[in-house]
Parts: sequence; structure tokens; C-alpha cells
Amino acid sequence: MIGKSEKTSKRVRVAPFVTILFFVIMGIFGIMTGEVRRVLEQAVQVCLSCIGIG
Amino acid sequence: MEIVRKWIQAIMALLVNGSWSFPFTRTIYQGPLKVVCSPGLNCYSCPAATTYCPIGSLQQMMAGIRIALENGQNFFGFYVVGTMGVLGGAFGRLICGWACPFGLIQELLHKIPSKKFSIPQKLNYLKYGFLLFFVILLPLTVVDDFGYGELWFCKYVCPAGTLEAGLPMLMLQPGLSRTIGIVFFNKMTILVGFILWSILASRPFCRTTCPLGAFYAFFKKLKLVKLRLIEENCTKCEECHAVCPMGVKFNESPEDAECISCLKCMDKACKFNAISLEIAGLPVGRNAGVRRRPGTKQSNAVM
Ligand code: SF4
Ligand code: SF4
Repeated sequence: MIGKSEKTSKRVRVAPFVTILFFVIMGIFGIMTGEVRRVLEQAVQVCLSCIGIG
Repeated sequence: MEIVRKWIQAIMALLVNGSWSFPFTRTIYQGPLKVVCSPGLNCYSCPAATTYCPIGSLQQMMAGIRIALENGQNFFGFYVVGTMGVLGGAFGRLICGWACPFGLIQELLHKIPSKKFSIPQKLNYLKYGFLLFFVILLPLTVVDDFGYGELWFCKYVCPAGTLEAGLPMLMLQPGLSRTIGIVFFNKMTILVGFILWSILASRPFCRTTCPLGAFYAFFKKLKLVKLRLIEENCTKCEECHAVCPMGVKFNESPEDAECISCLKCMDKACKFNAISLEIAGLPVGRNAGVRRRPGTKQSNAVM
């Protein structure tokens, strides 16, 4: 009897590539709207909430 | 393999905390690398942090959506979620096992000799609540008079922020200590609680609280790199249950959301070549070609 894993052992899974592509497109959309600068602005400031005094 | 993993964890912790000028500048790194996403949970207000924390940035985006929209900026967090999604799609919770500085800290704490306890499986679901409420919904909906929300997870929970940012920044800027109050003491209590719990149980923060782990867990079926059970080789000896730092019973749940792909079950436990690593469905590594239990008639390698 051939087990399930044996039958599928050489088949490339497409789902991870579709998933990654989906999020790459989402990320590019974010870049196009200028979010990168916003993220940088926030990340270079000391986050008082993170410290627990905000 | 465990040694390799420890080295990679240490290198990743150093890479995302690679700015060592803070003893002179007395503040955090403010350079352009901060547009890069830290794969693991690493507070961006840690003085040495060179990357942004995805959970911190996501909360910032949610908290600031109203003001951004009022100013004509369509900031919905697509860049942050896109980056997190690419990492999740490629690696899922492998990142927790190999690239998270706070995961490494918990592992080191767990090495302190003591009586060890398990963590009830039901508590694993709590982290999805933290992701949904503390990272997304509360920052989005509870806003001040100006329309700006709070960073609920950072402010009220995150022990990584207290350890990596709060305590070092209080040392670098002693003047900040005049402003600490109940919120800081709440966070200190949570930090001490997790430190003690990490000594007694394996990775309690990752399993019960981490919203980033919860996000990556959604990719358990979709991720590029994952472990596979070769069912016909499994003898159900359950050795893999005993070594798992996340309480996963691998042969019963090979796509478990808690699996951090540390490879201990494959490397240390399974004597029957029943666990292999795969990338996009293609087996790689030690048991890549193994199909049948060694010693049985049909033991052979598929080419
Ligand atoms: S250690 Fe290997 S053979 Fe034993 S139960 Fe786990 S997967 Fe199956
Ligand atoms: S199931 Fe295996 S690879 Fe996954 S966390 Fe447990 S021991 Fe590590």
C-alpha cells in the first residue's frame, strides 16, 4: 500500500508561493502609499508605551 | 542540530540588536535600517535594536488610522502586514524557534535547574485573543480626543519591551524614572512572572501570549518550510512527544500550530525516520529519501 505521504512526496506545493506573492503585493501597496516612512518615523522614536511610562 | 539552532538564534538576536553606540548616545538607534522588519519579537525601543518590531508597528498603524485618513494618508498597515505575511508564508513559526530573541531568552531561563511543569493546552488559545484585541481591535477602537489609540499590547503586557527597552532606557536616561507609575509596575510584574514561569515551564510566553507567534501560527498549513510525518514509518512510540518544547504530539498533529520547527523531534527523538523536513512539498535533509522503516522488507529510498 502506498501511503499518502509517499504519493505526494514529489509534488511541489503551490500554496506557499501564492501566499508569499499575496503578501509581497500587499507590502508593495504599503510602500506605494508611503507607509515605509511612517514606520521609520515611529521606529526611531523612543516608544514610551513599550517602556511602560506612556 | 541543536547547537546550530542555538548559534542561529544568537546571531539573529545580535543582528536585530546590532547597534552598540547607545552607551555614548544614550538613546536608541535611529538609522534607516529601522524600515526592516524584525522576524521575531524584538522591541524597537531597545537601545541596540536595528529593526522595527512588527507587533509594535502594527499597533502604531492601527492606533493612528483615523488621523492618517483625516490627513489624506491611506495607511492601513499594508507594509507591516505584508512583511509579516512574507515571513509567515516562508517560515511560519520556525521563526519562533530560530530567530526570536525573546524565545532564546526563555529557552536559556528554562535551563535553570528546577522542577518543570507542563502548560495546559487551553492556554495556547489566549495568544489569539491578545493578537485580536490588544494588537488590533483596542488600538483601533479606543481612541483619545484627538482620535489616536493606545498601543495596548506594548503598554500593558509586552514583557519583551520591559526587558529590552524599559529597563535599559531607565538606566541610560535616569530622568525617565520620575515618570514611572502603576503602568510600569504592572509591566514589571508581568516580566517577573514570565521569567519565573520560563524557569518552570518551556516557552510560556510563546505558547500563551505572543501575538506574533499567533500570527505566524495561521501559516501552519501554508508555510514553505515545514516538517512532515512519514506515516508508514511511525511506530507510535511517542518519543517525539517527550522532547517537544511546545507540548506538540507530533505524530498525532504534524501540522500543529504550536510547532516551532526546532527539529528536536526529528533529530533527537525519532529513531524510525518518520519525520522529515520539506520545502514547498519537496523533502530535504536527513530523511528526505526515506520511505520505509529501516529493517523492514520494503525499506528503500525513493528517487
Ligand atoms: S518518535 Fe517517530 S516513530 Fe515515534 S511516535 Fe514520534 S514520529 Fe512516530
Ligand atoms: S513538533 Fe518537533 S519541530 Fe515542532 S516544536 Fe515540537 S519538537 Fe520542535
